Amino acid sequence: MKLLQEQTQKLKIGESLIIQTASRLLIPFIQLFGLYVIVHGHYSPGGGFQGGVILGASFVLLALAFDQKFSMQYMSEKTSGLLANTGALIFVGTGTLCAIFGGLFLHYSALDVLIPLGPIEWRSFGIFIVEVGVGLAVMSNMAILFWVLGSNGEMDEGL
Amino acid sequence: MIWILDLLILSLLVICAIAAINIKDLLSATIIFGVYSFLMCLLWAEMGAVDVAFTEATVGAGISTVLFIAAILHTSRRSKD
Repeated sequence: MKLLQEQTQKLKIGESLIIQTASRLLIPFIQLFGLYVIVHGHYSPGGGFQGGVILGASFVLLALAFDQKFSMQYMSEKTSGLLANTGALIFVGTGTLCAIFGGLFLHYSALDVLIPLGPIEWRSFGIFIVEVGVGLAVMSNMAILFWVLGSNGEMDEGL
Repeated sequence: MIWILDLLILSLLVICAIAAINIKDLLSATIIFGVYSFLMCLLWAEMGAVDVAFTEATVGAGISTVLFIAAILHTSRRSKD
């Protein structure tokens, strides 16, 4: 009963030129689609969570096709933690600002006091701000979850 | 609601669920679980819940399959029971 990792090292699976070139071409379009899903989330199916998962999956694809170190050049462990906390702060901060300016938690039309756009415009814009926060948090959490699981918690070499 | 399509997807779903818990090879079980997730996504989309179907396709069939494979890589491939 052999470990999969030993078989992988012996057979040198994962060093394929075709897969590396295809993922180089695909990753910008995957990230563009993830941004579209986040930004267009309040008009059509999608939203912060799904778009964040798609953005995180692009980093997972980078780590699978190349190396974990190569993927961590583009988003380091520190940046990932910072982005996750920024996303959570945007979500809670928007809700708390609504509560401070006289509404309930996440009652966006109360933000009309801050910048006068009209309550209807603020209901649409508030959902957008919250979904950007959710997308940031989910993206960095999905990427760091895969890095920790793939490298056995040591973050030096992965799949 | 097209009930023939519904019945087809549901029967494939049950087959995939039974196969995923009975198979001994954990890598195969993971791939069959991905197929199960994608059939579930088709079923949600066919019933009109497109948002849930989107979540199921990205999380269930996309990320969780990769995470399962990353976890299997550090254990043995064949299950003991």
